[in-house]
Amino acid sequence: MNSKVLIVTGLVIFLIIVLFPFWYMRGKAMPVPEPVLTPQAKAAKTCVRSTDYMKSEHMQLLDEWRDEVVRRGQRVYVNPQGKEYNMSLSNTCLDCHSNKAEFCDRCHNYASVRPYCWSCHIENPKENT
Amino acid sequence: MMDSSRRRILQLLGVSALALTTRPVFNAFAIEEQAAQAQAAFKAGEKALKAKQWALVIDTHKFESEADLEPLIEACHRIHNVPQLQNKRHEIKWIWGTHYHNAFPGKAARFLAEAVEHRPFLVLCNHCENPPCVRACPTKATFKRESDGIVLMDFHRCIGCRFCMAACPFGARSFNYRDPRPFIAEAKLNKEFPTRMKGVVEKCNFCAERLAVGQMPACVEVSNGAMVFGDLYDAASEVRKLIKTNYTIRRKQTLGTEPSVYYIV
Repeated sequence: MNSKVLIVTGLVIFLIIVLFPFWYMRGKAMPVPEPVLTPQAKAAKTCVRSTDYMKSEHMQLLDEWRDEVVRRGQRVYVNPQGKEYNMSLSNTCLDCHSNKAEFCDRCHNYASVRPYCWSCHIENPKENT
Repeated sequence: MMDSSRRRILQLLGVSALALTTRPVFNAFAIEEQAAQAQAAFKAGEKALKAKQWALVIDTHKFESEADLEPLIEACHRIHNVPQLQNKRHEIKWIWGTHYHNAFPGKAARFLAEAVEHRPFLVLCNHCENPPCVRACPTKATFKRESDGIVLMDFHRCIGCRFCMAACPFGARSFNYRDPRPFIAEAKLNKEFPTRMKGVVEKCNFCAERLAVGQMPACVEVSNGAMVFGDLYDAASEVRKLIKTNYTIRRKQTLGTEPSVYYIV
C-alpha cells in the first residue's frame, strides 16, 4: 500500500514525458512546404504531365522512365498531349528544376522521405558550366 | 430460431452470390475511366543506332605503346565519370591495356613475335553472347539487352554481391569499395552522366547512352579507325568485313561465352 505514492508519481512523470511533445507543439502546425519554381520552370508552364499528376505520381513516373531507358533502350517519352521528352532525371527534370534544395528537398523533408537519387544522379547539370 | 437457420443460410448464400457479380461491373466502370485518360508512350530516339548484336573489332597493330591507348581510356573514363583511385585494390576500370599473355592466357607461346609481346592489348567488357555474369546475378541487375545484345547494368538494382565479378572470366567488372564521387575531379565531371555509389559493380556499357543518340562509342570515335564498331549479324557491316578479311582472335573463346570483341593480331 505504501508504494501507491510511488506508482502515482511514476505514472505522472511518465504521462508528462509522453505528452510533452503534444503540449510543446500545441496549436502549431508545420507549414506546408511551397516548392519554388525556377524562372525556366515557370516559363514552361507545364511539366511532362499535369501538376496534379506530377505531385502524386512523379515517383512512379521516374520508376517507369528508369526501366524504359535502362532495360528497353527507349529514351523518348511521349506525353498524352503528344509532346516528346528525353527521359532523364539529370538532363530533363533537373534541367528545369535546377533548384533541388527549394524544389525537391522541401517536400521530401516535410514528408520525411529520403530518396537516394542524388548519390548517383548529379544534382544540376547546368551548374558551373 | 433453429427452425429458420436453413432458410437463413440459403438467403445469405443468395445475397453473397449477388455480391460477387458487382466486381465485374465496377471493373467495367474503371476501364472506361482509364480509357478516358490519354496514355503516355515510350519510344527510341529517331537517331538511335540499332543492331542485333553490337561487336567491336580492334586492330592491335595500330597500338604500339601504352601511350597510344591513353586517349581512348581517358575519353571513356571521362564521359562515364569513372573515378581515379590510386589504390590498385579499389581501382575502377571500364577499358584498359594489358599484355598479350594476360589478355590471351594459353595462347602465348614461350617465344613470341616481339611486336606482339610488347604491344599493349586494349581490353574491356566483351558483351558476350552467352554472358556468365548475367546468369550469376541474383537480382537481374545485370542483363543482356534483347534489342541489341549489350550486357548492361541497372545500378538501381545492384546489391553489390559481386557474383558477377566472380563469374566474369575477363575481369571486366569493378566494385565500388568506396564512394566514387570524391575521386572524380570536379573539372572532369560529366554532368550529363550519373556517377555510381559505394557498393555497386560497374563496367563498360558499350556506350549505350551514345548509341541512343546516334553516336559511336567514345573509344571508337577517338581511335582513328583502329577500332571498328558494328552489327555482328549484318553480313554487310564494317565489322563483318574486317573479320572476313583479317585473322582475328577473341579472349578465352574456349569458355563458350562468345565474346563480341575481336582482335586483329
